Amino acid sequence: MTLLLLLAVLDGLAYAALVFMVAVGLTLVFGVLRVLNVAHGSFFAIGGYVAATLGGAVATTAAAPWLALPVLLVSAILVGGLLGPVVEKLLLSRIYVKDHVLQLLVTFALFMILEDVQKLIWGVQPIFQDAAVKALGPVEVGDIVYTRYQLFLLPAVAATTLLGLMWFLRRTLTGRVIVAVTQDREAATAMGIDAARVYMLTFTFGTMLAALGGALASPTSSLVPGAGVNMIVLSFAVVATAGLGQIEGAALTALLIGLGRSVAVYFAPEFEVVIPYLIMVAVLLVRPYGLFGSPELRRV
Amino acid sequence: MRITRRAALQATIAAPLASPFILPRNAIAQQRPNELRLGISTFLSGPASVFGVPGRNAADLLIEQFNAAGGIGGVPMRSVVIDEAPGVDFLLGECRRLAQNEGVDMMLASISSGSCLAVAPLAEQLRMPTILWDCGTQRIFEENSFKYAVRTQANAVPEIVAPLLYLMRTRPDFRTLAVVNQDYAWGRDSWAIWKAAMDAIKPGVRVVAELFPRFGATDFSTEITRLQALRPDVIFSTSWGGELDTFVRQAAERRLFERSTFVLPLAESSLERVGKTLPAGVIVGSRGDHWFLHPTARDTPILKNFTEAYRRRFNQYPIYPTFHMAQALYGMKAAYEKAIAANGGRWPSREQVMDTMRGLEFAHLTGTMKIRDDGQGLEPMLMGVTRHVNEYPFPVLDQMILYPPELTMNPIGTKGLDWVRLLTPAAVQRAPAPIAYRA
Amino acid sequence: MGRNLTLPTVLGIALLFGLSFLAPWLKFVFTIALAKGLAVLGILLLLRAGQVSFGHALYVAVGAYTVAFTRPVAGDVLILLPLAVLAAGTVGVLVGLFVTRYRDIFFGMLNLAFSMVFYSLLEKLYAYTKGTDGITVVRPSIAGVMLERVPYEWTMLCLALTLAVGLGLLARVFLASPLGQALPAIKTRETRLEFAGISAKRVLLVSYVASAMLAGLGGGLIAMTTLHVTPLLAYWTHSGELVFIAILGGGGAVLGPFLGAVVFELVRVYAAAAFPDAWQMILGAVLLAIILFASRGLWGIYEDLTAKRGVRS
Repeated sequence: MTLLLLLAVLDGLAYAALVFMVAVGLTLVFGVLRVLNVAHGSFFAIGGYVAATLGGAVATTAAAPWLALPVLLVSAILVGGLLGPVVEKLLLSRIYVKDHVLQLLVTFALFMILEDVQKLIWGVQPIFQDAAVKALGPVEVGDIVYTRYQLFLLPAVAATTLLGLMWFLRRTLTGRVIVAVTQDREAATAMGIDAARVYMLTFTFGTMLAALGGALASPTSSLVPGAGVNMIVLSFAVVATAGLGQIEGAALTALLIGLGRSVAVYFAPEFEVVIPYLIMVAVLLVRPYGLFGSPELRRV
Repeated sequence: MRITRRAALQATIAAPLASPFILPRNAIAQQRPNELRLGISTFLSGPASVFGVPGRNAADLLIEQFNAAGGIGGVPMRSVVIDEAPGVDFLLGECRRLAQNEGVDMMLASISSGSCLAVAPLAEQLRMPTILWDCGTQRIFEENSFKYAVRTQANAVPEIVAPLLYLMRTRPDFRTLAVVNQDYAWGRDSWAIWKAAMDAIKPGVRVVAELFPRFGATDFSTEITRLQALRPDVIFSTSWGGELDTFVRQAAERRLFERSTFVLPLAESSLERVGKTLPAGVIVGSRGDHWFLHPTARDTPILKNFTEAYRRRFNQYPIYPTFHMAQALYGMKAAYEKAIAANGGRWPSREQVMDTMRGLEFAHLTGTMKIRDDGQGLEPMLMGVTRHVNEYPFPVLDQMILYPPELTMNPIGTKGLDWVRLLTPAAVQRAPAPIAYRA
Repeated sequence: MGRNLTLPTVLGIALLFGLSFLAPWLKFVFTIALAKGLAVLGILLLLRAGQVSFGHALYVAVGAYTVAFTRPVAGDVLILLPLAVLAAGTVGVLVGLFVTRYRDIFFGMLNLAFSMVFYSLLEKLYAYTKGTDGITVVRPSIAGVMLERVPYEWTMLCLALTLAVGLGLLARVFLASPLGQALPAIKTRETRLEFAGISAKRVLLVSYVASAMLAGLGGGLIAMTTLHVTPLLAYWTHSGELVFIAILGGGGAVLGPFLGAVVFELVRVYAAAAFPDAWQMILGAVLLAIILFASRGLWGIYEDLTAKRGVRS
């Protein structure tokens, strides 16, 4: 029983790490831009596709297998750096003044377009590139074989991202500017902060995180049409459960969902699918603004 | 003024929308048409497009080849393809459009069993000849009888019974088993058939885990950990597409293949993609009598030419949906030609074509098959075990057995799920001898 | 709201009938569109309050599955449709009591969560729902009369049209009533509403249940038109589709949802016929264009065109 629980925790950690990577970008973007980005799932999928494509190129040419690892990061920066600013400038910046519904639907439209774009570029056959997993090799825990990639690398990257973000937002000037805009856009602008620049920066960074999530997922799972769809709904659930714009909340929720899911596979497999939603409903029942959220000031 | 202006406004919106559709095409039976129009519904988006697009590709290629050789009875074919991904309400609207406006003469319907179950009754209403080209559920012809629908391939029953018989032959001593199926109709159905058949042929096998990961799951780590701890003798999975690829890779990375025998009835469609990550010794099926290195047909010009042309054009080896599409097209061609001959050279009516389909025996890329009187196709099942060879960068099938329909398919008027409970161990011995892979 | 909708309504009906006569297959498409339009009308009520439900496909599916499950025991449209509405309304009250405590993104996400749980249930309870294979619905009788396919399709189209017009009128009356007028107040300053002694939660709950019933009615109509239901009806992309149609049609008048639904279905058919591999991209582009250049939707475009003329004359 204890061994089973330990195993469930180990599996849950790797999954939670991936969920966190995607959800944290979404929550960051929402916190600053107040736009719930449906296309975040598309960025996840594109990050994965690019990583798999680059990874394939590296795997066939390079002599050093460990090169497959930095490729993941490079692809994320590439996708985020190119797509992020373009989408923000061309689409989002035009709709900040409009209704929330319209903002959400703009990203929904973008998601529909990107779905077909992925299909046109990468086709419909599943793509798989596991050079990164192979480079790190397996490790045995008791009697069970794990991959180092899932057991060590994924949780390490997620933890680094979490700590790095916390440090960045609290200790650096740019980070504090972002926090200021999150808390009160008008006051921050009045203080002379260039909100447009902050938006662009945050969105690009959020896109990079989504792409990194996809890139990190690509060595262990196949990329197929619709890969981004499931991730969107899941990360939405994380963001709402965590409290909007709450990075620590996203980490805790991702952990809850990851562990809940793997415990469910062991003890009640039928519930695995609905775990994220059950957690969300349960949390919101007790804390209406999410785990770490607080009500926004309502002006009369 | 207001009225005309408003009416004009609405008319300008509506007119371009409506015009192409308001051209009725009076398809008069018995008169030789200028072309034979085929409506094809398949997945062009979503995860199932891994089957849908190869199926469509095969249709494009074969229709070109048929037309170059004079079409059917001198009539060239043209296809209209629709995407079944958006759901039944969209698909049924499209079927009506194809039938009533595009003047489609024959529908080749659907990969999803849900789509087929919805389309077959409509086809009956519209008097639209329909070939169910890929969907697998046995419910269609067991729960209903259709005049205008036939299936040019087997169904879920033989697709599951054959792998079980093959497993019983190659590894008769297994005592424990785990299942990892996708959580949707096919995953549940195939497990129900397997379980019932296994309890009949080999009672007492302990099922140690029944895992149904979410449809579209991308991570099987937890399932794999559990399977490693449980160490079942056999792991059975009817998953397909990206999920099967992912499951195979994650299982291989974590050495699950060393501990259990895998039975993967749909893995033929993943062989090229997963490559030699899939080790030797895995039991693999292909949902029917087809593979590009088919044991008896591999050197026939018809299969060789098709494989070469398909590879040249799409840069991939053909997989089972391409063969299913080929069976539908060859079956249709054979039915029309037979009906034309029986009609004294005159073009047959829809009803004549559909009557001819029943009892029709026709040749396709890898052999011949027959359509039963209830519309269900009778198709042998190719099973094999993986082996690594130097000629291909992916595993090939070895020790191949072609299970005849008499051994694996329930007779007309019976329900598959009831019939498999009557199977006996004798069925295992009645199978033909295995054929080894040769380079 | 004061604008006279009679003329466009009559013309719209005439157009639908005319096209259905000329191209028989459009009967089916229009019936589905009107059924979706009813669900979108429900979305519109909530949109007035500034709330977006990303889970109303739940109620469409509840309505559709109610029809599928009760068809073997009760075979008439006149029994099945009220049952679908009742079932959706009941679920709407239960879910509504919970979700109307939340606003904005939480409201949207909770609705999404409930619809996804229901979608999972439809797949999980395989023994009852036949999972993704779905349930075939035998064609029901209408007021005791069993009709052949063609008259049945005409009757369903007429029924959908009647319901659309009737409920459109009712929605209009509701929106003009004090309760309906309170909805925009939730959007702008909810606290003010509370100061006026009106419970925002109650206002929202009433609209929510009404919207659930409308969606259930739409779902019932869809089930009786397609005669086959699958869990996909409850999937979140279908909820997104309903919001999409609401924005496409425009929220300015109760005709918007129906206009949007008909145009949506036609665009999708066209796009899928012309570009089978990229119809999603075309729909996405249409949506983008509407939001960026005509955020009041198709109805807004129509209003602008007629208003300009009105000024000149």
